[in-house]
Amino acid sequence: MRRILLTGNGAAAWGARLAATDYIPAFPITPQTEIIETIADWIDQDEMDARMVTMESEHSMITAAAAAAASGIRVFSATSSQGLLYAMEMLYTVSGWRAPFVLVNVSRGLASPITLEPDHNDVMAARDSGFLQIHCSTCQEVLDSTLMAFRLAEHEHIRLPVIVNMDGFYLSFTREPVEIPQAADIKHFVGDYDAENVRFRASAPVSQAVAVLGGAPYSYFRYETHMAAQNGLRVYDELSTAFAEQFGRTYSAIDAYRCDDADIVLVMLGSFATKARAAVDRLRAAGHTIGLLRPRLLRPFPVEQFRNLLAGKAGVAVIDQNLSMGMGGVLHAELAGALYGDAHAPSRLLSFIGGLGGRDISLEEFYRIAEVTRTAVDEQRTPPPRLLYTEQELREMRKLQAVASVERDELNNNGKLSRD
Amino acid sequence: MLALCGAHGALYGQAQKWLRYRLQNRIGAQQRAGAILTMYRIRFHGRGGQGMKTASRILGMAFFLEGYEIQDAPRYGAERRGAPIFAYVRADDQPIFERGIITHPDLVVVADDSLVPVPAAGVLGGVDQHTVLLINSDQSAETWQRRLNLDSRIISLPAETIERDELRFIGATCTGAAARLLGVIKRVSLEYAIEQELADLSDAVIEQNLSRALLAYDCMKRNQACVQPVADTEADAYTRPDWIDLPFDDARIAAPDIHAAANSVQIKTGLWRTLRPVIDYERCNRCWWVCSTFCPDGAIKVDGKTPLIDYDHCKGCMVCVAQCPPHAIEAIPEEVAQQQDAEQETIR
Ligand code: SF4
Ligand code: SF4
Repeated sequence: MRRILLTGNGAAAWGARLAATDYIPAFPITPQTEIIETIADWIDQDEMDARMVTMESEHSMITAAAAAAASGIRVFSATSSQGLLYAMEMLYTVSGWRAPFVLVNVSRGLASPITLEPDHNDVMAARDSGFLQIHCSTCQEVLDSTLMAFRLAEHEHIRLPVIVNMDGFYLSFTREPVEIPQAADIKHFVGDYDAENVRFRASAPVSQAVAVLGGAPYSYFRYETHMAAQNGLRVYDELSTAFAEQFGRTYSAIDAYRCDDADIVLVMLGSFATKARAAVDRLRAAGHTIGLLRPRLLRPFPVEQFRNLLAGKAGVAVIDQNLSMGMGGVLHAELAGALYGDAHAPSRLLSFIGGLGGRDISLEEFYRIAEVTRTAVDEQRTPPPRLLYTEQELREMRKLQAVASVERDELNNNGKLSRD
Repeated sequence: MLALCGAHGALYGQAQKWLRYRLQNRIGAQQRAGAILTMYRIRFHGRGGQGMKTASRILGMAFFLEGYEIQDAPRYGAERRGAPIFAYVRADDQPIFERGIITHPDLVVVADDSLVPVPAAGVLGGVDQHTVLLINSDQSAETWQRRLNLDSRIISLPAETIERDELRFIGATCTGAAARLLGVIKRVSLEYAIEQELADLSDAVIEQNLSRALLAYDCMKRNQACVQPVADTEADAYTRPDWIDLPFDDARIAAPDIHAAANSVQIKTGLWRTLRPVIDYERCNRCWWVCSTFCPDGAIKVDGKTPLIDYDHCKGCMVCVAQCPPHAIEAIPEEVAQQQDAEQETIR
């Protein structure tokens, strides 16, 4: 075991390498490119025995990944943002093939306007595709999750592709100490991929992914895929136990931090959740009984675990780093769905939207979120969802708009600020 | 380490030295264990191409060698060379959960003093009286103190450390100085960190970086350990964020459109340049198209058959220098070119 400094991208590449990936179809996109550059270097220098092919688009890349996986070999690929969206047709298609592989997505906000910085709208767009999703918050977690993802994907009761998600910049380009497990231990943990009969060989023709006529056969296949995804909950738990036993790092489906005696709980995905964790420590130091839940599994969604962990809590604040236009935060809505009707569900479920396009969420904002949630509990009234934005930010925005020569008169009439 | 498993035979000896060193020196952070809120937060500002990412990585590695938990990261947009960029390092004896941009730095390192007045560079963001500013500049610390009117301690990288033609080592120089200001990084850790981070470069280049960094480290002796981390804002005594309810704007305002024509002309991207292409018209054979066609910024205009560089917008990418068939375009460090301009001005 070695502990070295690695970026999230480097950690993902190590995951693919240690899992003895056979084939990597690739297409570059910021901020993911370093992953495929790293793997390409290793292959060049004979440090990794795999085949990499650069495709002409992400659409072809996902098709190639699934086609290769359907032939019974271990496949890894990576993309981000617009690339994931460009591949979207094939994401939905290949999960139905039941060909397992691992796709790392380096989250980056979607156009328009175009940005390089992170939020989760890209990976949320793949939410209903049939890919399972693991969300990471540290570089170590990226490596470990990539390894776990292969076993999850290839498990005989699942057989679905898995997305491992990390945030662009905040993980992709950030170096942290990462433990590189011994190749022999990994071999023991990940094992070989046994494709069984979901396998395509030149000598044994199979027609995969056939068409159906009529809703009943169609429904059968969709329901089966859904049930396979749901099996992910049980399999994931077994896997994380096995992983903890072997490597000493525990990754529950939901990472619960200082929640046992908490009456206020923050809920957040991804690397920004570590900022929330730092805030929880400081709030605790000031006497607040607050905790944090960070789902690692978004698909399948750990409904039961959420119900148990939040049973009897007074107030919950969901901080979504995504925005479903015309509805709000996706995680908030999902959690509301999971908790509705449960006798012990917290009565206050607040929604905050922040971190879009890499917008920072300051320590003070976490403090304020805790305070607003506490007030909602005390006053027994849930405030409307808050889109995190400060007066200062709007002032700077107005300046940019003036530079862009937006109709200035309009700005003067309509641009009045209303205070929180 | 990854780089050491590679083809760099010469580095094998270094790898062994390093391993031995790690074993002997796993002490730094443990000695400080028990203390809380001891995170160091350091921000590097420079221009793309000045090695700020490498500088932050060297410092991160040096901390790591001292037994710290660390986080280092560069931050840049789509534009690279010459554009203002920054990089940051966090170091703590506990695992680090804080992420992203450092808003309250303990140390700000400015590799290029022309960035200080550029608002977009954000050099002074979050700087307060506890922050130490290390500025690579011909101007003295007193001058900067007067100019900026800050309570912070300002240290000017002494002129004898850097000669202008050695600007390509500015990253190493800044890191060497920063390491000393922090006071918790041993000279030998700095040395190993540089060898680690530059392992892909030739021995000669590593040597040059090493000597610059160590010289800067030694020069800063008087200021050893002047950087001190501070505690965060406490949760029961914080200033509420000035959240607002965002007003609704019509699409004619809220669509991300720029209405004014040819506005990119207004941004003087020429300020990003670290190297200036200068055409020697004696040598230029008026081929008229090569440099102007290859210039990715359309910064070369042809007047008749004579190429003219628009220095307001030339970013100094050096593509024209590489492409010109008779080698008629020379690359001159921007600093030197500006001095020449100034001298000519005086003569006139
Ligand atoms: S090609 Fe030459 S003129 Fe054009 S931006 Fe680059 S250095 Fe400047
Ligand atoms: S490419 Fe060289 S020779 Fe041709 S016009 Fe430009 S400077 Fe002159």
